[in-house]
Amino acid sequence: MPIIEAHDLTRKFGAFTAVDHITFDVAEGEILGFLGANGAGKTTAIRMLTGLLEPTSGAATVAGFDVYRQPERIKQNIGYMSQKFSLYEDLSVAENIRFYGGIYGLPGRAIRRKTDALLDKLDLAHARDQRIQALPLGWRQKLAFSVALLHDPRLVFLDEPTGGVDPITRRQFWDLIYETAAEGVTVFVTTHYMDEAEYCDRVSIMVDGRIAALGPPAALKQQFAAASMDEVFVRLARG
Amino acid sequence: MVEKGARPDHFPITIFQLPITGSPITAKEVSTHAVTVTDLSKRYGAVTALGGVSFAVEEGELFGFIGPDGAGKTTLFRILVTLLLPDAGEAFVDGLHVVDDFKALRRRLGYMPGRFSLYQDLSVEENLRFFASVFGTTVEANYDLIKDIYQQIEPFRKRRAGALSGGMKQKLALSCALIHRPRVLFLDEPTTGVDAVSRKEFWEMLRRLKTGGLTIVVSTPYMDEARLCDRVALIQDGRLLEIATPAQIEARYDRPLLAVKADRRHDLIRALRAYPHARSVYAFGEYLHYTDRRPAADPAALHAYLEQQGFVGVEVRPIEAGIEDAFMALMRGHET
Repeated sequence: MPIIEAHDLTRKFGAFTAVDHITFDVAEGEILGFLGANGAGKTTAIRMLTGLLEPTSGAATVAGFDVYRQPERIKQNIGYMSQKFSLYEDLSVAENIRFYGGIYGLPGRAIRRKTDALLDKLDLAHARDQRIQALPLGWRQKLAFSVALLHDPRLVFLDEPTGGVDPITRRQFWDLIYETAAEGVTVFVTTHYMDEAEYCDRVSIMVDGRIAALGPPAALKQQFAAASMDEVFVRLARG
Repeated sequence: MVEKGARPDHFPITIFQLPITGSPITAKEVSTHAVTVTDLSKRYGAVTALGGVSFAVEEGELFGFIGPDGAGKTTLFRILVTLLLPDAGEAFVDGLHVVDDFKALRRRLGYMPGRFSLYQDLSVEENLRFFASVFGTTVEANYDLIKDIYQQIEPFRKRRAGALSGGMKQKLALSCALIHRPRVLFLDEPTTGVDAVSRKEFWEMLRRLKTGGLTIVVSTPYMDEARLCDRVALIQDGRLLEIATPAQIEARYDRPLLAVKADRRHDLIRALRAYPHARSVYAFGEYLHYTDRRPAADPAALHAYLEQQGFVGVEVRPIEAGIEDAFMALMRGHET
């Protein structure tokens, strides 16, 4: 069963249709790149799929829960990370992990165990008591990603996770994404870096509230007779 | 114009500060530097934001600072546009000292900060008129300069700036930064968080402005934008790793580079990293870029190794380095 199923999902704001009858499935363990120009409706679609915004019409289930009736269950069962919303700058690394563990309702013992495992995996044990603001951006983003997975969700939403980081860190971040997907976690990711679109199993491109293209990068390049995903994107978004 | 403070004698003087004499002197003969920076540094407590930076930007140049968040780009820009005092070092923009001559300099530079900083509650038109009036000029007097850009948002001139889309806000901010006809324009990460299409359009606008003779200093975390600059400085941890043309930076990359492709990308990355001669393996769009520890790589042997590991559709071919390869090599060299 797909972990995300959306059928004719629509959201209007007054007379404006931000998301216009989008229909798609995401399979378990898949890396889905969710692309679109600014204002194409990506953020509105993500807010509906994460239980933050009620759709105007259409249907969708996320991790088996209905977006209308069970938005709270959706929030409990997904991970979410964005560049804007991630860690508390004035709290230490360990305090952030404990805080989010608490939010997700994990027992204290589990939080302590996960903290050790996570710091070990990210090679951050030495920074355990450092405040987030003292950490380089690349570490912060890797840590934010791991914190979003603290409660072992089957699906994680990453909203422009690599914005502004250096090219090596950006690639290390994708190593983490691959490892996570290999463990069976579904990754739903947005990006403005077109090379990253190539790293996804499938890519969806939104234009004016609709999904204008959806498929593996190789198939999309073939469909649009383009040499790169950048070309595919520009052709679609420029209309 | 009253100049305060002593200038170092290497400081270039631009033409319009010179008395007109019988023998015509062209600006080029006197100096072509729009920005001169020497040993500039800035600390915030224990953090060194800029650790002694020196460079010069020529007049009419499109000069890019390429580097990740936290590299020091914004600190540098804020010093150059007179909003922040340096701890040490000297900086001149269009012949004026960024500290001693800050008032005069503010009339000559345009600045578009990374964060949208126009008045959200004023309309498009009101914002533009406000910025023109602050500089003692009018929209009409300088309309030719912004026409290309402003026309794209003119249909929305009565709309509140806060209600504009990201791309339109960016165009309004650029119009406001240009309305007093600056000699040097500073753009701090104008394309961060902007989609690939809008980014392309923005760079097309910059190229057109440059044709008019404007000096443009721009920063970006996007490596692909480096190629659109005349020269770039690669910045990391408050230091400049390199200043050169994009072509020079790529040409200085001295390692053989292989592009590798096969099925099962994640497994391929791991297999390549496990290859005994591997030095670096990085994803690059649909290919992986591989460098070897040895002075010369062996594409045929690598190809055979991957097929032996069970990969299908293996492709291995030598390629020229791009700016992003070069930047990563410099970053690694800097760390070790």
